Amino acid sequence: MPPAAVLPRDPRHLQIAFLASFLAAGVGWLGFDVPVWQPPLILLTACVTQWAMTRLMRAPPVGHLSPLITSLGLSLLLRTDAFWVGPFAAAVAISSKFVLRVRGKHLFNPTNLGLVVAMLLTPHAWCSPSQWGHSGALLGWFAAFGLAVAHRSFRSDVSLAFLGAWVLLKAARIFYLGAPWASLQHQLSAGGLILFTFFMISDPKTTPDHRVGRVLYAVSVAGLAFFLLHGLWWQNALVWALCLVSPLTPLIDRLLPCGRFQWPGGRELERKDACASVSSQPA
Amino acid sequence: MRFRLLAASLTAGWVSLAAPAAEAFCGFYVGKADTSLFNEASQVVLVRDGERTVVTMSNDYKGALTDFALVVPVPVVLKREQLHVGERKYIERLDAYSAPRLVEYFDEDPCAERMVVLQESLPAAVPAGAGMDAVRRKSLGVTVEAQYTVGEYDILILSAKESEGLETWLRESGYKIPPKAAKALAPYIKQDMKFFVAKVNLKVQKATGFNYLRPLQMAYESKKFMLPIRLGMANARGPQDLVIYAMTRQGRVESSNYRTVKVPSDMDIPVFVKDEFKQFYPALFEKAHEREEKRALFTEYVWDMGWCDPCAADPLSPEELRNLGVFWLDEQNPNGMGGGSQVVLTRLHARYDGEHFPEDLVFQVTNDRQNFQARYVLRHAFKGPLECEAGQRYLTELDKRHQREAETLANLTGWELGTITKKMGDDAPGKKTGGSKPQEPWYKRLWK
Repeated sequence: MPPAAVLPRDPRHLQIAFLASFLAAGVGWLGFDVPVWQPPLILLTACVTQWAMTRLMRAPPVGHLSPLITSLGLSLLLRTDAFWVGPFAAAVAISSKFVLRVRGKHLFNPTNLGLVVAMLLTPHAWCSPSQWGHSGALLGWFAAFGLAVAHRSFRSDVSLAFLGAWVLLKAARIFYLGAPWASLQHQLSAGGLILFTFFMISDPKTTPDHRVGRVLYAVSVAGLAFFLLHGLWWQNALVWALCLVSPLTPLIDRLLPCGRFQWPGGRELERKDACASVSSQPA
Repeated sequence: MRFRLLAASLTAGWVSLAAPAAEAFCGFYVGKADTSLFNEASQVVLVRDGERTVVTMSNDYKGALTDFALVVPVPVVLKREQLHVGERKYIERLDAYSAPRLVEYFDEDPCAERMVVLQESLPAAVPAGAGMDAVRRKSLGVTVEAQYTVGEYDILILSAKESEGLETWLRESGYKIPPKAAKALAPYIKQDMKFFVAKVNLKVQKATGFNYLRPLQMAYESKKFMLPIRLGMANARGPQDLVIYAMTRQGRVESSNYRTVKVPSDMDIPVFVKDEFKQFYPALFEKAHEREEKRALFTEYVWDMGWCDPCAADPLSPEELRNLGVFWLDEQNPNGMGGGSQVVLTRLHARYDGEHFPEDLVFQVTNDRQNFQARYVLRHAFKGPLECEAGQRYLTELDKRHQREAETLANLTGWELGTITKKMGDDAPGKKTGGSKPQEPWYKRLWK
């Protein structure tokens, strides 16, 4: 039996399994500075916010897979020394899906916006981008690519375009500086990069509809993040870059119109043409 | 609460006991004579607020002073007023204040009434070449941007167009350059960094009356919050230890490009470690370093400078802090709060080598203000007569506790359990239960 046949059709189930095991490894073995009660608290807030906003905005219920992914992402990336910051970020993240919309599509990746707002508005939030260690990150890449090979709906052109551009820029910098090549491998063994590549920038609900638009979007994020990191010495450059590029999605959609993405099981049929949705075509 | 803090004045110097002799840290030594040059453990104080940075570099340089010369990459051309020669005693104070510590507790008489309460209430954890002519210099692409004498140091600030030229210039100016220097210098030149070259001015040095080199301090503004460790690896023979004291207004400092982990802390260990702390902590550090695949930085201390609990040494006075470069103490506290919420100290300990640390250390200031200290607890057993029932229960518990302490120590340091129990003497597990009778193996009671 091909591996794809035994895996669930909705890639979100795979994403949840992946993120949950990443979180368990981080808290259990890697000593992440995350108190055990924080992920459940974030999850609870996310689900309550989703439920409340669905009722308030009279939106059709869309299930709880997405808030679960947002909660896991926030639990993995957000660090805080105050108990309320996690739930606050979760509430902001989920609410943004209902409030910040352009032409029926939400503007920001919820996890990304939750992180950015928490870091900008509270004096208690930060990200620890390099807490995975070498082996942890290696396992993470292995698992992420494994899933992408095994399950076609896990593949994303945005992820690959971003990763390609990012590795190319990093390699070019190392070549230019004459720095040791080992530093490329070192820079890629950041767990945050895996999460960003496969779970944040790839979010099909917030990326442009047309494939060309998505590649353009991914390359812009990589380019901006590279400039912020190495030109301006910003920390967490990937997170800031995505947040800054996201508002361009409606513009790209206007210039390159295409069918809207629906998670499997949604009302619209998946498209099979050249501008097919992000995770329904092999990248 | 009866406890006593051992003034375990562990200076960073002992770290080198476990590490092979290292040669340099943020830069490399470029001695003019072929003597063996080494410094044991480097200490750097980083004061950072916004883009303002004050760096104090201290080294335990042991060679002849005539041979001392140091090259450090710096982000900007430094003016004379941005350089200062500090005093070593302040770094020693900082070290003593933040050093890993032992804490002692004494068990009370279990037959006295408050026994149980006391046992429960024992806090398990506190929360945690200037001489060269200009034409030659120009042909090599090296520019002397500035030249000063600061204290006992003669300082040159160089900029260079290409690494080969800089290497040749240093060599022709009489500096002894390690073989792979050009390769190590290249990335800094490409990033438009400048080079700070310091030598000892022997006349001034004699006049100071010190028989050691005082720390060099530089104050500058730069977006870059980093320490250039790669250059020092050019002539290093093995892994090098570096202790970084980072002071900020905002919170804890961590590396943004290496894993930063807290050193194992808050453990009960056998009391004999009191006499062997200088072996214990390096062994623990070595084990933790191995566990992290030699690729991590360790946090040994994070505390608001206004207080400590328990204190290994008194917090530094505003005067001492100012000498170390904390420049904001005179400013109005925006919170309007008194007390010591203005400086958060993070003590980081790195053991690095070329293979496991392929790039310079980059740091970020986090908003984390949670306190942490490397703290190990010694609990002394009650030695008096135990004639009540509670006393017998205490002995049984005590024996279990000693067993756990021995296992914890073995786990932390990698020392043999057998050796540990031998060193525990009367405290060795099995000696307390049932008076002095050793415990019978379980199977002896099986078919009785």
